[in-house]
Amino acid sequence: MDSAVLDRAAAGGAQAANAQIVIDRLSHTYRPAHGRPVLAIDDVSLTVGRREFLALLGPSGCGKSTLLYQLGGFLPTETGTITVDGKKVQGPGPDRGIVFQHFALFPWKTVRANVMYGLQRMSLPKAEQERRAQEFIDLVGLSGFEDSYPSQLSGGMKQRCAIARTLAIDPEILLMDEPFGALDAQTRHLMQTELLAIWNRSPKTVIFVTHDVQEAVYLAQRVAVMSARPGRIKAIIDLDFDRRDPHLTKSKAFVDKVDEIWELVRGEAIKAQAGKA
Amino acid sequence: MRSGPAFAAGLFRYLPIVFLLLLWHMASTFHLVSTAVLPPLSSVLSSGYDLVSTAEFWDNTGSSMYRGGMGLLLAIVIGGALGIAMAWWKPIRYVSSPLVEIFYPLPKSALIPITALWLGFGDASKILLIFLGCMLPVTIGAFNGARGAEQTLIWSARSLGASRWRTLLDVVVPSALPELLNGARTALALSFILLVSSEMIVARKGLGYLIGFLGDGGNYDAMFAVVLVVAALGFFADRVYLAFARRVLRWRE
Repeated sequence: MDSAVLDRAAAGGAQAANAQIVIDRLSHTYRPAHGRPVLAIDDVSLTVGRREFLALLGPSGCGKSTLLYQLGGFLPTETGTITVDGKKVQGPGPDRGIVFQHFALFPWKTVRANVMYGLQRMSLPKAEQERRAQEFIDLVGLSGFEDSYPSQLSGGMKQRCAIARTLAIDPEILLMDEPFGALDAQTRHLMQTELLAIWNRSPKTVIFVTHDVQEAVYLAQRVAVMSARPGRIKAIIDLDFDRRDPHLTKSKAFVDKVDEIWELVRGEAIKAQAGKA
Repeated sequence: MRSGPAFAAGLFRYLPIVFLLLLWHMASTFHLVSTAVLPPLSSVLSSGYDLVSTAEFWDNTGSSMYRGGMGLLLAIVIGGALGIAMAWWKPIRYVSSPLVEIFYPLPKSALIPITALWLGFGDASKILLIFLGCMLPVTIGAFNGARGAEQTLIWSARSLGASRWRTLLDVVVPSALPELLNGARTALALSFILLVSSEMIVARKGLGYLIGFLGDGGNYDAMFAVVLVVAALGFFADRVYLAFARRVLRWRE
């Protein structure tokens, strides 16, 4: 196996000095009202450094979103622990902002009101709330659409608005659940580039869930590959590309890396398909 | 404001009503139906005109509107709150669900004598009747709407710093609104049925009472006029309600 593929204990150790998020032996079982319980995550340990961009890559149904929802504090942790800055995660909080695949904008609020929502929950003066909302609306390129309702926006614009809403409260950690999965290929590429630009300007810890290998390799500093259900960390790959290079995605090193990771994922994707049948 | 063509289209839409009134007029002019069964439209309109110039008519209309309005308001506010609470808190759902299921198919007019027994012949018994009779469509609409609130919207609010209580107000309530307002429209129609029938049976005032009183006295022209007034009130209330609901839900367009 490639030397870049570290086992998870070593990966945990390498990051420990600067660790912000520590996931320790986490398991999660879904217990639907009808039918048998499903083990979604099995004994996952993972450490994420401050201001690191980590992609969680895996076939659909492998539990990567479940892991993200547990980080967000939306699902209870039963077995194992998650700590952020040494504190146990016990519920949602504005230190961990989230962006969902289907945007999750409040449809009855305008773009401005959506971006203001988190700011209104903080004790900021009204003028400051408005200033910050406008700053982030401008940042994501939605100037001129402040008074539009989400139903009047395209998919890409909706996701820009959702990103602005999350960034506006300045969370230390950004959780992204296949955020560009519902967008067309061109818009997706544009949004990836812009996300990197935003991240370069004000680096945050990003956990980016995706099933798109190319996207993971393009965006992340580290890729954690998850196995088909039950989700386990199968491999962790460090990446060191210069994202400012406009021809990066066509370079041999990049293409080889995508192939290498795709080989790891392919077996799991086939298993995931077989599991569904 | 409506533009000219839209207004013309609106008139065209209600052409069948004009046609029906014309048919009514011809039926009595050509003696197709006995005037004892269906008084001529012209006499109905003229006694209607006389009627609306009496203080008595407005007094009766006022008390009907008050009863209907209060009952409906209570039904929407309390019924809507109950439906949302049932969706949000399991204990409330477990206690209320069987009651709602049993009470829902009951013909609410059966409560007319009961509310009269409890609260007499005045406003209070009508308000209670309309409240009880109109509440459940609102409750069921609010419940379904609130249960359909998207999980990711609730999670978004929570991660943006909203408390559970704020999330209920800011996410669950607006999510419930479209179906709640649909239920309220059903409730509006029901309120007219209950109002008029209860006033015809146990009241000394109100448009329903007036219909019964005029009919018993053999004053059929005036009785038909009051029936037309009730029909028109129901129609306009529904139109006003629809305009209101569209305004509240304008984000959906």
